[in-house]
Amino acid sequence: MQLFLEQLLNGIAMGSIYALVTLGLALVYGVMRILHVAHAAVYTIGAYAGLYLFGATGSLAVAFLGSMAICAAVGVIIERFLYFPLLKYPPFVPLIGSIAVLLSIEEAARLVAGPYILTFPAKLPFPDVYVGGIQISSGLLAIYVITAAVLLVLWYITTRTELGLAMRAASQDAVIAGTMGINSHAIITITFVIGSATAAIAGILVGIYYNQVYPTMGTVPAYKTLALIVVGGLGSVPGAVIASLALGMAETLLIGYANIPLPRDALAFIAMIGVLMWRSEGLLGSSR
Amino acid sequence: MSAYVTTIATMITIQAIAVCGLNVIVGYAGQISLGHAAFFGIGAYAAALLATKAGLSFWMGLPLVICISGLIGLLLGLPSIRVREDFLAITTIGINFIVEALFRYVPFFGGALGIGGIPRIVLFGIRMKGEAFLLLSAGFLAICMMLSWWLTRSWASLACYAIREDESAASTLGISPVRFKLFAFVIGTAMAGLAGSLYAHYMQFISAGDFSFPVSVGFLSMLVLGGMGTLWGPLIGTIILGILPEAFRSLVDYRIFLYTLLLLLMIRFQPGGLLGEGSAARRVLAPLLRGGRR
Repeated sequence: MQLFLEQLLNGIAMGSIYALVTLGLALVYGVMRILHVAHAAVYTIGAYAGLYLFGATGSLAVAFLGSMAICAAVGVIIERFLYFPLLKYPPFVPLIGSIAVLLSIEEAARLVAGPYILTFPAKLPFPDVYVGGIQISSGLLAIYVITAAVLLVLWYITTRTELGLAMRAASQDAVIAGTMGINSHAIITITFVIGSATAAIAGILVGIYYNQVYPTMGTVPAYKTLALIVVGGLGSVPGAVIASLALGMAETLLIGYANIPLPRDALAFIAMIGVLMWRSEGLLGSSR
Repeated sequence: MSAYVTTIATMITIQAIAVCGLNVIVGYAGQISLGHAAFFGIGAYAAALLATKAGLSFWMGLPLVICISGLIGLLLGLPSIRVREDFLAITTIGINFIVEALFRYVPFFGGALGIGGIPRIVLFGIRMKGEAFLLLSAGFLAICMMLSWWLTRSWASLACYAIREDESAASTLGISPVRFKLFAFVIGTAMAGLAGSLYAHYMQFISAGDFSFPVSVGFLSMLVLGGMGTLWGPLIGTIILGILPEAFRSLVDYRIFLYTLLLLLMIRFQPGGLLGEGSAARRVLAPLLRGGRR
């Protein structure tokens, strides 16, 4: 039982990190209808930027804020110089462009920082907590608290502010939103800023939790998060979060208990194909 | 020809066959597939298993391999009817990951060790290797390109083009999107299976990593670079992307970076590919490029 609960806690942490990366993807898909594979590259940049800033200043706050700013800039550059000019082509054209960006950034990271795994020797200021004999380590607690905080902020922005209203309007119908005086390109840019800054947080958290930062750390999340936004319903942020948490738990528990011959990374795609066959608009998606 | 050049040329012809198949799916029918390496792998594994476990020769196994890959292509093409474009891209990525995982983890497929000891192809009593194999695969490539050319001329391709441009308009004209999409999937995956079979008999050893997702991205890049929906695009894209890593070899560490950067610039500034509609090369070469995209 105790092992089960510990596994479950790990699963929730895993799911939380998936959620932080998937969020940005779902937001971007919502306003732009683009599968932003390069989002995982932004996450990798976030981890590296955080690591270097932490090494230079020794302050986690600087690492987080600086890395968020850098990632936001990278996200906006990708949007301005790649996606926006390609919007008039069929969706697979920006998708291929996005894959090319992911591969280029991975290679650039390998050339600049070296192909080896770097360690991230930082400790987040959270205590170890004991609940009924089960230890929640400070790393786990940090992931829970920070993910919850980010989700809360995003929930507040999207549902309680005018900006959020404009974002939702633009994602439902950019043209009609434009006639209502919403500058939809500005909304797209803001969405990239928010999504990319979230990816930076996820990158640093993963780097600290696993104590690893390496050039290809984004490869698996890049495609797995695509499966997650499909399962959640393309463009549905709550759906993406639920799907991420469910996958994180399913991966840890199924791999821990059931003896499945498939590796955990294929599980997301099997779930995805199952969901597509059963409910092609995803868990919380609306049929369009 | 030195063995080095022959090897590269052979790999290019084998890949060009697979890219030709991808062109039928993506270029002609407009169905994005990011899992083409899975079908390449299914062909290779089918050929390898038929040769090593059932003892069939390449020629006896070939029709079976083509049927198996085409049939699995048909089954996995079914999602394309149900789902929209974006979903299809992700679904095909998923198929690639799942197929690779099956090859890697199911003992029947050799598991992590792969399958070795695949016999060479024997033709007229000659065991094909080196230049002889290059000629053989070039012959198969020619057949595939002729089939592609015939497809651009046929009613089936007209229907495919119509579906690619506007699915609902095409269906009001009595063209069944379902039939022609599946038709394109079967032809395209069967070509990938043929390429896989050649690959297995050429390398004589295969493992799951040879058919992973990056290989699919490579195939699609070759197609995009050459020009989707054109007759010669797949061949030209494969030749360029096949030679580039060799040409960049002196740059050692930077070659993959340059390669990806080139792909990025290409898709950004010439998304139709070198031979696609409105490209610079096409205007110059227009008289030479009859056939291909209408």
